Amino acid sequence: MSLTREDVTYVANLARLEFSPDEVTALVDKMGAVLDYAQTLSELDTSAVKATEHVLAVQNVFREDVPKPCLTNEQALANAPESEAGCFKVPRVME
Amino acid sequence: MEYEMVIGMEIHVELGTKTKIFCSCPTEFGQDENTHTCPVCLGMPGVLPVLNEKVVEYATRAGLALNCEIAHFSKMDRKNYFYPDLPKAYQTSQFDLPICTGGVVEIEVDGMKKDIGITRIHIEEDAGKLLHESAEGTLVDVNRCGVPLVEIVTEPDMRSAEEARVFAEKVRNILEYTGVSDCKMQEGSMRFDVNLSMREKGATVLGTRTEMKNLNSFRALVRAVQYESKRQIIELKKGHKIIQETRKWDDTKGVSSSLRSKEEAQDYRYFPEPDLVPIVIEKEYIEKIKSELPELPEAKKQRYIDEYKLPEYDAGVLTASGVTARFFEEAVSLYDEAKQISNWIMVEIPPLLKEKELTMENIPIKPAQLAELLKLVKDGVINGTSGKEVLKEMFNSGKNPDEIVKEQGLSQVSDTGELEAIIEKIVADNPKSLEDIGAGNEKAYGFLTGQVMKATKGKANPQVANKIIRDVVAKHLG
Amino acid sequence: MELSQKTIHEINDLLEKKEVTVTEVTQSVVDRIAAVENKTAAYLNLQTEEALRAAGVIDEKLGEQKKRTPLEGIPYALKDNMCTQGILTTCASKMLYNFNPPYNAHVYDRLIEEGGILLGKTNMDEFAMGSSTENSAYKITHNPWDLNKVPGGSSGGSAVAVAADTAFYTLGSDTGGSIRQPASFCGVVGMKPTYGLVSRYGLVAFASSLDQIGPFTKDVEDCALVLNAIIGHDPKDSTSLNLEKKDYTQTLKQGVKGMKIGVAQAFFGEGLQPEVRKSLEDAIAVYKAMGAEIVDVSFQYLDYALSAYYMISSAEASSNLARYDGIRYGYRAEEYDGLVDLYKKTRSQGFGEEVKRRIMLGTYALSSGYYDAYYKKAMQVRTLIKDDFNQVFDGCDVLLTPTAPTTAFGIGEKTSNPLEMYLTDIYTVPVNIAGIPGISIPCGLDNNGMPIGMQLLGPILSEETLLKVAWAFENEKGLKNLKAPLETEV
Repeated sequence: MSLTREDVTYVANLARLEFSPDEVTALVDKMGAVLDYAQTLSELDTSAVKATEHVLAVQNVFREDVPKPCLTNEQALANAPESEAGCFKVPRVME
Repeated sequence: MEYEMVIGMEIHVELGTKTKIFCSCPTEFGQDENTHTCPVCLGMPGVLPVLNEKVVEYATRAGLALNCEIAHFSKMDRKNYFYPDLPKAYQTSQFDLPICTGGVVEIEVDGMKKDIGITRIHIEEDAGKLLHESAEGTLVDVNRCGVPLVEIVTEPDMRSAEEARVFAEKVRNILEYTGVSDCKMQEGSMRFDVNLSMREKGATVLGTRTEMKNLNSFRALVRAVQYESKRQIIELKKGHKIIQETRKWDDTKGVSSSLRSKEEAQDYRYFPEPDLVPIVIEKEYIEKIKSELPELPEAKKQRYIDEYKLPEYDAGVLTASGVTARFFEEAVSLYDEAKQISNWIMVEIPPLLKEKELTMENIPIKPAQLAELLKLVKDGVINGTSGKEVLKEMFNSGKNPDEIVKEQGLSQVSDTGELEAIIEKIVADNPKSLEDIGAGNEKAYGFLTGQVMKATKGKANPQVANKIIRDVVAKHLG
Repeated sequence: MELSQKTIHEINDLLEKKEVTVTEVTQSVVDRIAAVENKTAAYLNLQTEEALRAAGVIDEKLGEQKKRTPLEGIPYALKDNMCTQGILTTCASKMLYNFNPPYNAHVYDRLIEEGGILLGKTNMDEFAMGSSTENSAYKITHNPWDLNKVPGGSSGGSAVAVAADTAFYTLGSDTGGSIRQPASFCGVVGMKPTYGLVSRYGLVAFASSLDQIGPFTKDVEDCALVLNAIIGHDPKDSTSLNLEKKDYTQTLKQGVKGMKIGVAQAFFGEGLQPEVRKSLEDAIAVYKAMGAEIVDVSFQYLDYALSAYYMISSAEASSNLARYDGIRYGYRAEEYDGLVDLYKKTRSQGFGEEVKRRIMLGTYALSSGYYDAYYKKAMQVRTLIKDDFNQVFDGCDVLLTPTAPTTAFGIGEKTSNPLEMYLTDIYTVPVNIAGIPGISIPCGLDNNGMPIGMQLLGPILSEETLLKVAWAFENEKGLKNLKAPLETEV
């Protein structure tokens, strides 16, 4: 399985990243090397092995349904690059 | 060629918890923008989610009420995509191991009963709200982010807009009954996504489907299904292929339109949420929730027929919404005349609600007030006509019925002494009538009654007045 | 010896006896920072004035009260991926260049309660991705033992601050070795506790199922003291363990007589620097002499750990770092055309090369068609590695390994080849995959006078044992008196 430029472009769009053609070339190379290395995993037959999602067998961790104080509007927006009328502002969403 | 429509639905229901699914922010609706947020629901760096125990309880309750299996083991997953209403750029949801699977809801359309299969119910978080979309930009309100939802996914078992409506109403009714959600459509507490395809009648293979998202009223649901099925038939008859796509329903214009296909095929990269641990539900827990389930609509309807001796029609109308049923039951507990209460709830109240653009959820009178009013009518303090007037005034002013009766002097004159004096005078003033009665013309009684009503401005108790008239006439005719 | 060069427990003795004040202790570190920080560049953000003010307040308080807690008035530093309200938290990324969190990391709250004095935030590889601290968007941190060498990473700044005596202790985070490897490179003690022992709340996530906070200290006893303070259940972290708190100083000095110390060939393979091998062999001999039993143990799947690690950590990172979108906080591109372009420009400009590479790798591993081959496979291999460790610990109490295959390498030496850089973590990543605890302690110097680190590993929640075994060696060899030969200008 070798990584193509198309793969890199597809994944870049999913990840909302953009790369120059040279950067794509470098990524095909460097990501490809890591993926080739990871190919060793395919040597193992894991068909009967359960995936480990959590290393410790902790389960049913819940919180009581009791409200706690919120941030103020000012606190919520304090770090925002752009805000207006108490809201975060972004460019028009629907095209 | 005859076509048959095939409908499956995804219903998003906001759960009625006090706090959000993963943080302790309140879920109240209609607050100022971005005032119900914290670092967790704002998706700030380094924060972690902790699952609200009530979400598990409500989802279990909903699952049981919809006849689902409750999973012994379920887990949360991340659904990754970028959108300004999704602060973490992933929605925490359930992918391959949802909390409920395999339920069924029986519906009845045109006297035919039918089972609609529930594929699964999973828990997830709601997204935020985009406001004031304009060329200049869009504003983002995070208040709704993290409000808990259940998503109910059905089998493609519905075959008409009517079936879809009946099913949706029934699910709403059941969820409202079980108290897991207020199901307020106007606040977006319940939204429908409809998957619709057409196929030749009798065919077993499904056609290509389209999806219409976020229908937020039963009316929109019905109209969207009708429109989309017609559109697909026209396309098919032209020999066109149906394109699998998401369509947007415009309820004002009454048309659906294709949402421009997204830049990439959906690739949500689901994977198990490492910040949340599995949910393990034991049998005892399920039994406990089951034992706490309130009486569901079907059972309640039967009980109304058996216990209150109501006609099936009445029982059906009263139990069609939990709010109405609760109103009825409270009234009947105070005043034991089920049929009279039922009549007033079914006949007199709806036009008043409609006039004020209200629903049973925010009806301005209390069940106790209705009970009191109906007692006044039954006891003859006021007559039925005045009763309707009083009810109207109760809607307007919120005052108690006895207060209104007193203020407007509506109580019937049943005082025999007072009536006797009036009637004596009327009989004396109308010798012609007395003559007629003496001659055997019973109709003249009616004239006298009319005169009494006129003299008392309609407040005379008709039964009492009639008796006195006969007594006085008899005395005169001696 | 300057006060700044002492350990926490030495300072504690002096404070107990009222021979020094907290202000004097703090001033000594502040002076040390003034003297050497321009060479080591361990800090991204200094809070020395606030620290001195806090020291004065604690001195007043201590004048009245009898009892003080072991970290009260001790100056420390945090890696800049732990949130500190009112103090910038940048993760050494342009993406968070101005981020001022309205909340504290759980560990910071703990240390505030303990009366700790925060000196500042330390440099790191951007979002903790790296093994040399060269991936910081702001500065290169230098190894105090040789300023031309890297301090290791990703918690390089935290390791250097302790090694250069510019903090008595620091906290780092360890996702694949980010505490132990720099501890090894800088000749200090660094511990990654069992996953779940220390709350991750407010630690900016890299890979949620692997990240764990732990201490850097000058010796093992200090490590026990700091661990005592930061462990414990946190209801804000669902993966935090709900256990009774331990006092790790209680059992520290019990010795290793009769204990079984495992040695596995898998950790002594190709690519191991000869002096590192020699130093480890010497350490084994020391343990033998102290009465421990050395046993050979073997692994079946260890070779696959690094691959599994890069798949799991990158996949989780790709999702954890998706929230940096220029909307609610942090960097936003100056020019963009529409929403999608805002996302792409912001993220492409705000993240550094290595971070973008990992996001790409992780997104790829989770994407449709590759999930089973990469992500799911790695999660299954994780099970095999976990079982491997369980079986190994059936035969021994702790496992002794090198922390890294080599001592610190030169600045710029490995930056062009990510895979080569990744290979420096080969002995540390299996530990995070299995969730077990590990500690790195100095065990010698190579021919160039660079520190060599020894790693001790144990089963889940064996911190007590690890500290005991580490302390015994340190006590026997006396290496804690070795100081980085950092010349100071006065």
